[in-house]
Amino acid sequence: MKIENIKKEFPIFNNKIENNDLVYLDSANSSQKPLVVVDRIYDFYTKEFSNIGRSVHYLAVAATNLYENTRTAVQKYINAKNKNEIVFTKGATEAINLVASTFGQKYLKEGDEIIITELEHHSNYVPWHYLRKNKGIKINFAEIDEHGDISLESVEKQITSKTKMIALTHLSNVTGAILPIKEITELAHSKGIPVLVDGCQSAPHMKMDMQDLNCDFYAISCHKMYGPTGLGILYAKKKWLDDLPPYQGGGGMINEVKKNDISYGELPNKFEAGTMATAQVIAFNESINFLNKIGIDNLINHENDLLNYGEEVLRKNNSVKLIGNPKKKGAVLSFTIDGIHPHDIATILDEDGVAIRAGHHCCQILHDKLGLTASARASLGVYNTRDDLDKLNESINNCKKIFNK
Amino acid sequence: MNLKELYQEIILDHGKNPRNLGKFENFNKDAKGHNPLCGDKVHLFLKLDENKNVNDISFEGEGCAISMASASIMTDLMKGKSEKDAKEIIDKFLDMIKEKDDINTNLLEEDEKTKLMSLGGVKNYPMRVKCATLSWHALSSALDEFQKDVTTE
Repeated sequence: MKIENIKKEFPIFNNKIENNDLVYLDSANSSQKPLVVVDRIYDFYTKEFSNIGRSVHYLAVAATNLYENTRTAVQKYINAKNKNEIVFTKGATEAINLVASTFGQKYLKEGDEIIITELEHHSNYVPWHYLRKNKGIKINFAEIDEHGDISLESVEKQITSKTKMIALTHLSNVTGAILPIKEITELAHSKGIPVLVDGCQSAPHMKMDMQDLNCDFYAISCHKMYGPTGLGILYAKKKWLDDLPPYQGGGGMINEVKKNDISYGELPNKFEAGTMATAQVIAFNESINFLNKIGIDNLINHENDLLNYGEEVLRKNNSVKLIGNPKKKGAVLSFTIDGIHPHDIATILDEDGVAIRAGHHCCQILHDKLGLTASARASLGVYNTRDDLDKLNESINNCKKIFNK
Repeated sequence: MNLKELYQEIILDHGKNPRNLGKFENFNKDAKGHNPLCGDKVHLFLKLDENKNVNDISFEGEGCAISMASASIMTDLMKGKSEKDAKEIIDKFLDMIKEKDDINTNLLEEDEKTKLMSLGGVKNYPMRVKCATLSWHALSSALDEFQKDVTTE
């Protein structure tokens, strides 16, 4: 599959959006969907639909196999040891909540500490805040440097004898910083501390290798990976999934149910209570196929080229200020323009068909630290081109003209 | 009117040169509004005279062009209005920006209505509706017996 022609695989680009060709620069929020994924959902519902794991009729068995095929495909894609280390959730948010809740229940008590970073998305802060409220744990923040980066040292500084978990992002959705996860995990493990990685922004853009990273937990958002909404993945080492209590109770996750006691099912069923997002799971196999056909190295080269080009173009544009200049950066161009509120920027760019995000991007802690109430963010996907970034720049110039900047 | 036209005309005029900006002495009512989503903040100051007419009104704030313009236009047209009329105008404006096609009141001049209608350009953008209504909710709160800060999250 040629990356230059990749836009053709995405039906959203076939039509004008409000009379404009769509310049979609909001993939960090959610990616567009290739036709193969959309078709797979349609085919499943029209030709193959059944619930999984319960009934013994033909459709049920076939659907169960398709569902489990995706689990195996994900296992391979992220290089997990065992397919039962892949748990489907309704999103990365639920994946993190699952770990915070079950790990907190079993292992955390008043006075215990966990470490997160100032870069974290709210979904890797709020679940831990619940434990702060309910259990009296303490949350320590590894601080960013002046480039919007988190170093091994900044995490190390926060480690104490009470640290029970380090939870941090792999790739910041605002500064684009790629964190040294492997090194942080090595350090944490040397002190007996498990590591949870929020992989929402990294999974669509980087090579995934759980054996290399060696983290304990990794949360993935499928809708940012050219997959359907309503689906996330929790990767966890098998020893943790065996060890932690179930998260939600219901059908599908039990073994034996009696009036006086209940025993729970084996992995992966233990963490998949209720009817799961079956069609989405099955269609996500096509997203992985799609990524494999492009080839992760081609994807990385393409997106690095775009990122460098985008930075170059925006740096030359007076009054545009890029946010963050980390050592390793991926897929995100956050910026402000002096004297123009980011929401005004986004609204005016939208009139030209340029879709970006404005706001705090679910990172209020980071924006407070940077002294900003909001920022504008153009984020990249595999379908973007240099032309898209030229149009972004043109539209920013229009915006400056309107505001006389 | 599309949003770009909206920006180019009234919003930019008021956004860049907001009227009634800054706190004044002897206000007797005030209220704050905050939209945490985009960080817009407005602090409204009001002086009601003994007959409950708006003797003076101003605002302090920071935020996007739409929220600033809305506060600017609102404070301009509220001067001299009675408390009762001010409340009715607030209701009619909020009705218009949420659902109605126009502002159905004889308390406003046609050109005042036109200005307010231009803010209606945000109607289809719920995120931006909050920007346009922030100062109006703050005024409503300032006029209220039990003043409290408002948020349009």
